Amino acid sequence: MIKRLLTSRELILAVAILALIALIALKFPAFIETSNLLDAFNDTSPLIILALGQMVVILTRCIDLSVAANLALTGMIVAMINTQFPAVPVPLLIIVAIIAGSLMGALNGLLTWKLDIPPIVVTLGTMTIFRGLVFVLSEGQWINAHEMSASFKAFPRNEFLNLPVLSWFAIIIALLVIVMVSRTSLGRAFYAVGGNPNAAVYAGIDVGRTQFLAFTISGALAGLTGYLWVSRYAVAYVDIAGGFELDVVAACVIGGISIAGGVGTVAGAFLGAIFLGVIKNALPVIGISPFAQLAISGAAIIIAVAFNASYRNTKGRLILKHDEAVNG
Amino acid sequence: MKILFKLCTAALVSVAIAGTAQAQDKRIALVVKALGIGFFEAAAKGGEEAAAEIGGVEVIYTGPTDTTAEGQIEVINSLIAQKVDAIAVSANDQDALVPTLKKAMQRGIKVISWDSGVAPDGRMLHLNPSSNALIGNMIIKLAADHLPDGGDVAVLSASATATNQNIWIEEMGKVQDQYKGINVVATVYGDDLADKSYREAEGLMKTHADLKAIIAPSTVAIVAASQAVSDAGKTGEINVTGLGLPSEMAGHIESGASKSFAIWNPIDLGYSAVMLANSLIDGAEAGPGAELDMGRMGTLTLDDNSEGAMSDPFVYDESNIDDFKDIF
Repeated sequence: MIKRLLTSRELILAVAILALIALIALKFPAFIETSNLLDAFNDTSPLIILALGQMVVILTRCIDLSVAANLALTGMIVAMINTQFPAVPVPLLIIVAIIAGSLMGALNGLLTWKLDIPPIVVTLGTMTIFRGLVFVLSEGQWINAHEMSASFKAFPRNEFLNLPVLSWFAIIIALLVIVMVSRTSLGRAFYAVGGNPNAAVYAGIDVGRTQFLAFTISGALAGLTGYLWVSRYAVAYVDIAGGFELDVVAACVIGGISIAGGVGTVAGAFLGAIFLGVIKNALPVIGISPFAQLAISGAAIIIAVAFNASYRNTKGRLILKHDEAVNG
Repeated sequence: MKILFKLCTAALVSVAIAGTAQAQDKRIALVVKALGIGFFEAAAKGGEEAAAEIGGVEVIYTGPTDTTAEGQIEVINSLIAQKVDAIAVSANDQDALVPTLKKAMQRGIKVISWDSGVAPDGRMLHLNPSSNALIGNMIIKLAADHLPDGGDVAVLSASATATNQNIWIEEMGKVQDQYKGINVVATVYGDDLADKSYREAEGLMKTHADLKAIIAPSTVAIVAASQAVSDAGKTGEINVTGLGLPSEMAGHIESGASKSFAIWNPIDLGYSAVMLANSLIDGAEAGPGAELDMGRMGTLTLDDNSEGAMSDPFVYDESNIDDFKDIF
């Protein structure tokens, strides 16, 4: 039990994050002040929310590259509603964002499920379509801070128990996803479909439908993040969160979510996002050349993946072989 | 009775004279990238102002309905048929308009480009809104103007490889010594992404305790930095300045995060374009080294490519932002 805990990927990742923070603190001591760490967590919250959605999709052996474009489109939609009808309350806008995001996710899911197109192709396509739609919708114009209502911008910044609402969203969604994957039949189905699709069919699980639901969940979370993103940075335009889908996938991979499907935990995705978030927040304060920054982010991802690959060898319990060995 | 008759005749004659004067009006066409764009509507206003000042000049404000070179070629062909005296164009394509504009020049029409240039073959001169040296000087002047006692400033640019920004920052470095007490303590890069620029601005505030101003010569970075300063509660302590658009910066000027910023003034640009076209009609020669009159904007000196810079970028602050925020 203790050995399993000590060698668990999540624990090792958590230790790596602490070591990283300690290393950064040597160069820039103010980094470990509570307020700074909370700032960094708040800044990482959108990445955490998206990584949790992505995790569910990756568990089912799919991938969702359209999350950042989904975020940009939903963000633009809610920003436009807000500028046209400032009276619409923020909670209603959040619901609109979640619905719009789920519809986009459902489109990915339907194409994967009903037309049997590989998910990477489907979401590469929808990624471009969603970005294009932001352009069509906005006609390339920006929606700026002074056009948004005060409550629209204030919501994610409001503090509750000393933590901004944005951070609370990340925490609450992490808890909801934990409950979903561990306590619902849908959650178990995600693992079953990714672990062994053939066996899942024999167990009475509809693989396509499960993947469809995974995409819908990812889309809903991307939609929610769309509102949070636009209100946090107080600007909406075509290129917001450009390339962010790669960060999201990287967070999952660092967190030990297997790209081959079926393996991964909420804690892993959460910590993977935190790991990237710490790097992103540390690089500006420790004075590293901008040219080296990209290389450092990339190296961290490769190291994490290499580490996970070496882990794959010891994964799983081979019941039959063990029996044979005992009997033979 | 006789007196009345005389008066009537005088009136008739003066009407007739006015009529012939009308026919001899110089007609200057202001061709823009597309109709309905605030920036160009403002330029047209400037053109009208120049026409009123010169007298006997009619400004024809025209352009295609969408920003295509084909649309502009059609418009220019019809202007040639109308035998206008001068065409001042902001081109959608540097090369595509050249043959049509050459045809215009063969018919004795004076052709200049402004804002967005045409290749040297297709025009007699090009009017740039500003020059790299003037921009480089302006961005540090904006910071210095609000720091009478000097202080630390930092630059938040687009990407480390962005040509325009790098040239402006280099030009800024050349004139830095003229601003006593202003120390440029860091140059960081936000890659023209709102989230990265925001994080870099936060990093600057954390690593440089005495930071007094952030200079952002990028429209994405100046908006993100203003938001970061507001969110950090450092409005009034740290001034964000640089290059931005009034429509995008209005909210941040209002909040006080940015005291002033600069960009070209479209009204001045349209005014100068009409003034220059008029000078050419009156017989002024365009060519390397030539100096041409631009009315209240001074004189334009042409370089080896027959290009010239109009003026310093125009400064926007709380006194004039409301007049411009709906324009562009």
